[in-house]
Amino acid sequence: MKTIGKSVIRKEAEDKVTGKAKYTDDKYAGDLKVLHGRLLTSPYAHARIKSVNTEEAWKVRGVRAIITGEGLPLTGEEIRDRPPIAVDKVRYHGEVVALVVADDPVIAKRAVSYINVEYDLLPVVNSPTEAVQEGAPLVHENVEEYDRDEDIHPIPRSNISNQMKIRKGNMEQGWSLSEVTIESNFSFSPSDHTAMETRCAVCEIKADGYVHIETSSQAPFMVKKLISAYFDIEVGKIVVDTPLVGGGYGGKASVFQEILAYIASKAVGGRAVKVLHSREEDMITTPCHVGLDAQIKLGATRNGKLKAARIQYLFDGGAYSDKAVHLSRAGGVDCTGPYEIEHIWCDSYAVYTNHPFASPYRGFSHSEVLFAFERAMDILAQELNMDPLHLRRINAIGPGDLTPTQVRLNRSNVGNVVECIDRVKELSKWDEGKIEEINERIIRVKGAACLWKNSTIPPDSVSGAILTFNEDGSINLISGVVEIGTGTKTVLAQMLAERLKMDIDQIHVRMKVDTQTTPEHWKTVASRGTFMAGRALLEAANDVICQLKEITATVLRSRVDDLDIGDQRVFLKEDPSIGLHFKEIAHGYTYPNGNSIGGQIIGRGNYILQRMTYLDQETGRGNPGPEWSVGAQVVEVEFDRRDYTYRVVKLYTVLDVGKVLNFMAARGQVTGAASMGLAFASRETFLFDDLGRVLNPQLRTYRPIHYKEHPEYIVEFVETPHIDAPFGARGVGEQGLLGIPAALGNGLSTAANVSLNQLPLIPELIWRTKEGK
Amino acid sequence: MKLTSLMLNINGEDRTVIVRPADTLLEILREKLGLTGSKPGCLNGDCGACTVMVNQRTMKSCLMLGVEGEGTEITTIEGLKGTPIQQAFVENFAFQCGYCTPGFIMNSQALIQAHPNADDEKIKEWLESNICRCTGYEEIEKAIMSVIKNPGT
Repeated sequence: MKTIGKSVIRKEAEDKVTGKAKYTDDKYAGDLKVLHGRLLTSPYAHARIKSVNTEEAWKVRGVRAIITGEGLPLTGEEIRDRPPIAVDKVRYHGEVVALVVADDPVIAKRAVSYINVEYDLLPVVNSPTEAVQEGAPLVHENVEEYDRDEDIHPIPRSNISNQMKIRKGNMEQGWSLSEVTIESNFSFSPSDHTAMETRCAVCEIKADGYVHIETSSQAPFMVKKLISAYFDIEVGKIVVDTPLVGGGYGGKASVFQEILAYIASKAVGGRAVKVLHSREEDMITTPCHVGLDAQIKLGATRNGKLKAARIQYLFDGGAYSDKAVHLSRAGGVDCTGPYEIEHIWCDSYAVYTNHPFASPYRGFSHSEVLFAFERAMDILAQELNMDPLHLRRINAIGPGDLTPTQVRLNRSNVGNVVECIDRVKELSKWDEGKIEEINERIIRVKGAACLWKNSTIPPDSVSGAILTFNEDGSINLISGVVEIGTGTKTVLAQMLAERLKMDIDQIHVRMKVDTQTTPEHWKTVASRGTFMAGRALLEAANDVICQLKEITATVLRSRVDDLDIGDQRVFLKEDPSIGLHFKEIAHGYTYPNGNSIGGQIIGRGNYILQRMTYLDQETGRGNPGPEWSVGAQVVEVEFDRRDYTYRVVKLYTVLDVGKVLNFMAARGQVTGAASMGLAFASRETFLFDDLGRVLNPQLRTYRPIHYKEHPEYIVEFVETPHIDAPFGARGVGEQGLLGIPAALGNGLSTAANVSLNQLPLIPELIWRTKEGK
Repeated sequence: MKLTSLMLNINGEDRTVIVRPADTLLEILREKLGLTGSKPGCLNGDCGACTVMVNQRTMKSCLMLGVEGEGTEITTIEGLKGTPIQQAFVENFAFQCGYCTPGFIMNSQALIQAHPNADDEKIKEWLESNICRCTGYEEIEKAIMSVIKNPGT
């Protein structure tokens, strides 16, 4: 192949290194037509709002509107439980209490500071385990009364918004076949995505009622749908634009700032209003990364064959459900690691707490449940006195096996776990030993984990592509995938160049998405961009090939099947010198006498997920997504036995990606995801006080990985094709993250000779666990 | 709101702006001058996305008042054209979403000018003040190493 697999430079590269790349806020900088919305947020995690006094704030000159919560519809993607601005009580630290619209951001901020709110503190639910205790304070008093999707079942008078069940096999039988069992608990608190671009939206309501929203979102089509549903506006009258997005990682797949911008615009007669979140708001007010409390019990024969797994996941969805129900469901779908286990019982709950609420996070519950499950696998390996990678290898799931939701695997819908394990063992020199003594303080240890992921997006998720020809024979590629940094749009151009056997420079990619003129791509999430948009694109490519050949056949008086295509020409297979250049036919063909035929070539293609099913309420049985991509990771750490500090030296990742489409881009996705996983594993968490307040909503106290704090990355790809996917490619955007927290936990547990079951794995945690502090 | 007139030399051009004395250089660049390559990632110096050069030295433009910029030479990402470091970022895939990129490039450019043969330690000292959330930093490291000719000499 000429283009597929090559490290083609991304199409928007020049713009991004010259400062010309425009993100949402950039387009409105200095725009005097735009008013500015600023937020007053709650200083408490759970409190009754006694009064909100805006009298002084109104006196600030330049204030155009001050909006509080009454009279606004409830919002939420799966359960409508969230007032966009708090009513009666606040349920998390950072929740929006009032929204001020003013001529200038400084004026708006000043007015915010003059709003006086009186609160009465309420008891706080500070973890999902606390939330499910008998007599726990209720975050939502009447959860069963909210409008919600049909398949969601909140438990009345509780903090549980949904229970997802996996029932596979027979547990009694599973335990009776088990000669060895282990049981352990795992937990971590919510954290954040911290995309470098904070969320921003601008909304204007035109005189004819059309609502224009520009937003930094991974889901502009969902913005359109939800704003339509919440505010009862015809869906065709909402137009959402999304330019380049400065990082998402799942966080921008939730609809949030757009709702505030719409409310603000409506309050000022439809004038354009911008809501740009500060870093602090972006961390705690807008949706964050889910937390988890997990319990896992595993049973195996003495020779290591897994027989039974009983699992409970309590997902810390925070104060509002948003995507928490769906996150807990995804955690249930792939509740184990990539292993064949005959008897599985899993209860995966979405739980309300008084924490910032959760949106998707790269991997959609998979790194989270894998942390628990893959730690449990190492604990079992220790109990069995068996090499942990060997234990994984002999239990690896593969063709013929049944997944937790009882999908029968084949050679296409799952990658090759065993090959990934074998390669990562070889690369990391695993068999040379897990512990190496460097000196009296430092030891070098290795920890491993396997990973798998399917997507659990709705079974009717769609994507589409449009190709239009320019008169010079070049092609415009229009897809609903948002360019959030993954380079998917460049990869789509590579697919088109490959299929049409043409120069990729002659393909022009439209970077921005506009929901009125761009075909829908459900959401830019779940590592499904290249798959779904790719399928749509290839159909569009076939469409233009047919059109080009038909018009050429007419002109050359040949048969369509006698024609071939390449280098922007359609020509006779028999004699390639006879043919037409795209530019002669792209906008119709004109005969010497002026007669013309054809017209502009416009290609269309669409795709909808195939043969997915809803999951059975009682057993979880069903087909959740198109394929499982798999991998294995090893972390190599230098650990200081005196002070429990450590340094991650090397990070090995072997992923079965089906087919590498753009080598450098794919590798960058893997190392970037691994870096994010390492940050999640080793340092990042919200620190909550007893009142549920986040103590570190800033990048100096919540400190991401910085330059030179990274390990050496060793990445290798296995290619087991996914038959349905363009060129056989599997997802690659998230997988590099998924095994890291567990692998690091396993390595450090070996190093410290103690079971480390919480995140982040900071030296203090190791010290506390080791010394029982 | 009290306003004041200010003359700033930016990317070799004298520009007159009317600002609040409390406006940061970043606000002025973006809101008054349309130079939106400098990004508002945190507004308190933690992320480096707004990095510019003031008198050839690296500066986070959110930490400097605009009025302090009078009489200085300010360079923003828009003032950088066809430099080796920009090319190196492209060739090494040293960005994904691109939001932190202008800040990283400005910081790298200032470093290269001040220390053309910087060693690893020096590079780290400079670049650790910026955050990239997409990459694992490896590509950024490769990009900068490719334009430092003789590291540590």
